[in-house]
Amino acid sequence: MMNPSQGRGLGSGGGSSSGRNKGGEAVVEMFPSGLRVLVVDDDPTCLMILERMLRTCLYEVTKCNRAEMALSLLRKNKHGFDIVISDVHMPDMDGFKLLEHVGLEMDLPVIMMSADDSKSVVLKGVTHGAVDYLIKPVRMEALKNIWQHVVRKRRSEWSVPEHSGSIEETGQQQQQRGPAVSEDAADDNASSVNNEGNNWRSSSNNSRKRKEEEGDEQGDEDASNLKKPRVVWSVELHQQFVAAVNQLGVEKAVPKKILELMNVPGLTRENVASHLQKYRIYLRRLGGVSQHQGNLNNSFMTGQDASFGPLSSLNGFDLQALAVTGQLPAQSLAQLQAAGLGRPAMVSKSGLPVSSVVDERSIFSFDNSKPRFGDGIGGLQTQQPQMNLLHGVPTGMEPRQLAGLQQQLPVGGNRMSIQQQIAAVRAGHSGMLMPQQQPFPRGPPSIRQPMLPNRITERSGFSGRSSVAESSRVLPTSYTNLATQQHSSTSVAFNSFQQELPVNSFPLPSAPGLSVPTQVRKPHSSSSSYQEEVNSSEAGFATPSYDMFSNRHNDWDLRSIAFDAHQDAESVAFSNSEAYSSSSMSRNNNNATVAATDLGRNQQLTQPIMVPHHQVYSNGGGGGSSVRVKSERDTAAMAFHEQYSNQEDLMSALLKQEGVAPVVDTEFDFDAYSIDDIPV
Amino acid sequence: MQRQVALIKQSLFDQGYLDEQFVELEELQDDANPNFVEEVATLYFKDSARLISNIEQALERGSFDFNRLDNYMHQFKGSSTSIGASKVKTECTMFREYCRVGNAEGCLRTFKQLKKEHATLRKKLEQYFQLARQAGPKETARRPK
Repeated sequence: MMNPSQGRGLGSGGGSSSGRNKGGEAVVEMFPSGLRVLVVDDDPTCLMILERMLRTCLYEVTKCNRAEMALSLLRKNKHGFDIVISDVHMPDMDGFKLLEHVGLEMDLPVIMMSADDSKSVVLKGVTHGAVDYLIKPVRMEALKNIWQHVVRKRRSEWSVPEHSGSIEETGQQQQQRGPAVSEDAADDNASSVNNEGNNWRSSSNNSRKRKEEEGDEQGDEDASNLKKPRVVWSVELHQQFVAAVNQLGVEKAVPKKILELMNVPGLTRENVASHLQKYRIYLRRLGGVSQHQGNLNNSFMTGQDASFGPLSSLNGFDLQALAVTGQLPAQSLAQLQAAGLGRPAMVSKSGLPVSSVVDERSIFSFDNSKPRFGDGIGGLQTQQPQMNLLHGVPTGMEPRQLAGLQQQLPVGGNRMSIQQQIAAVRAGHSGMLMPQQQPFPRGPPSIRQPMLPNRITERSGFSGRSSVAESSRVLPTSYTNLATQQHSSTSVAFNSFQQELPVNSFPLPSAPGLSVPTQVRKPHSSSSSYQEEVNSSEAGFATPSYDMFSNRHNDWDLRSIAFDAHQDAESVAFSNSEAYSSSSMSRNNNNATVAATDLGRNQQLTQPIMVPHHQVYSNGGGGGSSVRVKSERDTAAMAFHEQYSNQEDLMSALLKQEGVAPVVDTEFDFDAYSIDDIPV
Repeated sequence: MQRQVALIKQSLFDQGYLDEQFVELEELQDDANPNFVEEVATLYFKDSARLISNIEQALERGSFDFNRLDNYMHQFKGSSTSIGASKVKTECTMFREYCRVGNAEGCLRTFKQLKKEHATLRKKLEQYFQLARQAGPKETARRPK
């Protein structure tokens, strides 16, 4: 599958060379042997057993019994590890927090493990971006295959740009690639990861590997991107970034301006763009987390609400918040609540957006995990504007979207009202949050639910803020959502909403504009909500034809998809995502229309299919979504209903699927991904 | 002698003291790590003794902080599961359930039972390892199935 660029082809596991780029082509590790694993667990017995098992798999193991120590090890040696395995319950730091940090700072795949196999915890892992979740006692078989996560991540990183290239063949790509988006995220580390195996990439894969040749395949800038050395977002660099973002305003921060402000030689706009994307997701997640961590499931719906804003767990909180805000008519609130927690309280979303903003801020303040981002929060919000290319989408769209959403809303009757409300809210807020509010329309609403709330929340927390910015991304494909989501407020809304909302169902996906920035969810919850958003956005895609796609909001579904992918992107370390996000962004815009339709279609599909995977892949959200969408097409109908009950499953399935497909821009993914890849 | 060792081991499985996981551990043992299982078991007993005493102290305090107790037990359960201590694991699960519903009496009772199982397992394993060492390095793990 992957051609060993490095030359070491490991035959067995995946035979692909690890190609990790440490700075460039790197080479490195032969997969799976030699994979550098960092294991963190406070239980010495488990640690010893794990170490032994991993060594038996021929991996290089480093043990750590304290999370702080693990983090400092990772920081000191950014490229010294390929994957991290961490326990959930640790005395000095929560495993999920560690997961977030690793994702943000080092962008490494993280596997969570625990003796606790309750769904909520697993879901949490998903929403926080874990690539897998293992239940203790851990068996050798489970550890043997962890290399797949590294490969997957690498591929999505550098394949993003490639993907666009291939997808764009249709002609769209040219435009998208144009904006230098091509900075394939993959480039950063891609060179090493040769995706040759990708079917969708066909030629591009090879080129990727070589980097030099890229230009041939894709014919575009890929070549230049490939070579990009991975940018390591050190603390200082990140702080500079955050300062720049804050200066510009989260919602308004655009990569170009940030780049200028930062004035770091060698840093490209793409680097900044992808980092920005991640940052937004992070913020969004933070925003959403506070609300309903517990309602992850519910938050699924939040995806839809995303637009509404940080609704953080609609389930209970949001509704009230919404009601309070006055946006949501009391009855809708009641409806929502009546609908059951499962149903995404989206209704309240409209009201929430406002509150979410506030919440987000608070999240930042108390969220210790993101000390760095704290500043960013404000910035995120401002970021949105820039991101939203489509931003211009008039709120008018919302109503449309809402209408669309309504259809999807699994909630049933409530949906309609909710949607309307949401639309109303959105319209109102759109000015503020989501410029794009893309019409969710019919989209996938129902399907989304399964989206793993966990993931969403995370994303949403982060992206929530930027959702506005994101909208501009043009979601055409779900992937774009991810990228945009982060940036745009829509996503924020989306995210936050998700967390809060019970994943169920509100298809409101496009709400993104609303939810964005304010969602203050607790980091955990936000991620889940985000996911929901993403999911919901997916649902929204169905209707994609709307302008929404152009706006990030529309992509709501896309976003969800993208979000998923994005999540991965997040974890991937901002540096990587830069290429990715920028490319996806541009692509999104171009493909928005195209993607929208696809997405819309896909979204619906994706949801239903969720195959309950307990191991959710945060990555591949973007890529996965497209893939997902396709396969899900068939199941779209069922998805929705099952969502409530199977939200988690769906989410995991969804995520899984997404995980399958590289995070690459969603837009491209649609075409690029072959359904076969979907692990349905 | 080896047969004797094998018999003892088999009885441990049959009686439910150990489960599949133990076999997994044995499979990790090889020439390069001939005493791996024993090392792990030793580490486990050392660590679990610490946990037990923590729990004991918490229970003696009489305040019954179920959350804290549950946390301890979660850790305990994690390690017990990892080495395949089946009966101990069962007691842990029960204990946690009592914590969840806030049944102090149940907790105390279960804890006593848990300590008993833990001690029994320890003794049996010590016996087993001793014999195994005497019998020679041969006893490689073999799945009972």
